[in-house]
Amino acid sequence: MSDATSIDGRYDAAGTRVAAEPSVGDFLALLKPRVMSLVIFTALVGMAAAPGHLHPVLAATALLCIAIGAGASGALNMWYDADIDAVMTRTRTRPIPAGRIERDTALGFGMALSVGSVLVLGLLVDPVAAALLAFTIAFYVVVYTMWLKRRTPQNIVIGGASGALPPVIGWAAVTGRVEFEPLVLFLIIFLWTPPHFWALALLKSGDYARAGVPMLPVVAGERATRTQILLYSLVLVPVGCLPALLGFAGPIYAAAAIGLGLPFIGLAAAIKLAATPQRLAKACGRLFGFSILYLFLLFAALLAERLIGVPAFAPVIGLGGWGVA
Amino acid sequence: MSVAMDDDGIRLTKEQQRRRRARSVAIALALAALVVLFYVVTIVKLGPGVLDRPL
Repeated sequence: MSDATSIDGRYDAAGTRVAAEPSVGDFLALLKPRVMSLVIFTALVGMAAAPGHLHPVLAATALLCIAIGAGASGALNMWYDADIDAVMTRTRTRPIPAGRIERDTALGFGMALSVGSVLVLGLLVDPVAAALLAFTIAFYVVVYTMWLKRRTPQNIVIGGASGALPPVIGWAAVTGRVEFEPLVLFLIIFLWTPPHFWALALLKSGDYARAGVPMLPVVAGERATRTQILLYSLVLVPVGCLPALLGFAGPIYAAAAIGLGLPFIGLAAAIKLAATPQRLAKACGRLFGFSILYLFLLFAALLAERLIGVPAFAPVIGLGGWGVA
Repeated sequence: MSVAMDDDGIRLTKEQQRRRRARSVAIALALAALVVLFYVVTIVKLGPGVLDRPL
């Protein structure tokens, strides 16, 4: 290809700016559809787990708005991080660094979808859910992308809060409240995020170093990251059992939480104990892949219990009437 | 003619014109979907009684 690309558009051999005419698929890619699918799923589980009834049309509308809001924050992330994306192998084919979409176009697209998704959710479904969606988008774009990502190795720990909020939004869409149960689901995703991303970061630490992103393996080193992955996994798995202990999940969920949690810890331990770089890479790849399966199946178990009508266990730990209107 | 000229002098190839048309269609479909969504949600929230009023 004779054209040169930059984060600000595409230029031909003579240095003349060539029109960026992105395809519909390029705009869809800005929405990070794979991340969006997990957001939709966890939000759906939050809705299914919530007490009460929401008309299917309103439930579908809420899910659509949450999905579009998540996609919009992905587009705004790509707008801001185009310079980083351009130097990382994993992200250099994204629409902006590849020169298929101009940054300003992505900014407008992301802003329009952000405002639109929050407004529609608030007007048609529930204002508390809309406020949570607005907070989630702002947190991901401003707190994570603009503030934390380039400054601290705790970027994905704190920033993970935005990825953990969809079940809370889903719950609020049904009940109009933020209650303790969805916050437990929030906590599970929040604690799941660091081992998930640090396993990837160990594999791609060269990429992150080149891009100047202070991921934990780059700043604190490989050894500290391995320890942190194991520690977070050891906290995550018991927290993953909380829904059954708190009385809003039953035997299917409990079996999944334990049956998937133990291998999760095993894979994290394998990362910690890996003796050679090859074994470490293999262990990281395994944990990264398994972590996605873990979260999906854990939430799927909760969803299945609600759909089948499996009764939840009696609470071992009492919740009281905790909730925020 | 295989290329067209925009007002700002940018040349569009056939492929670029096709993409622009596809984007326009996608925007139209999204707007139509929003219209349908607002209509259906109005009926769901207010019930069929919204149509039963004196004229």
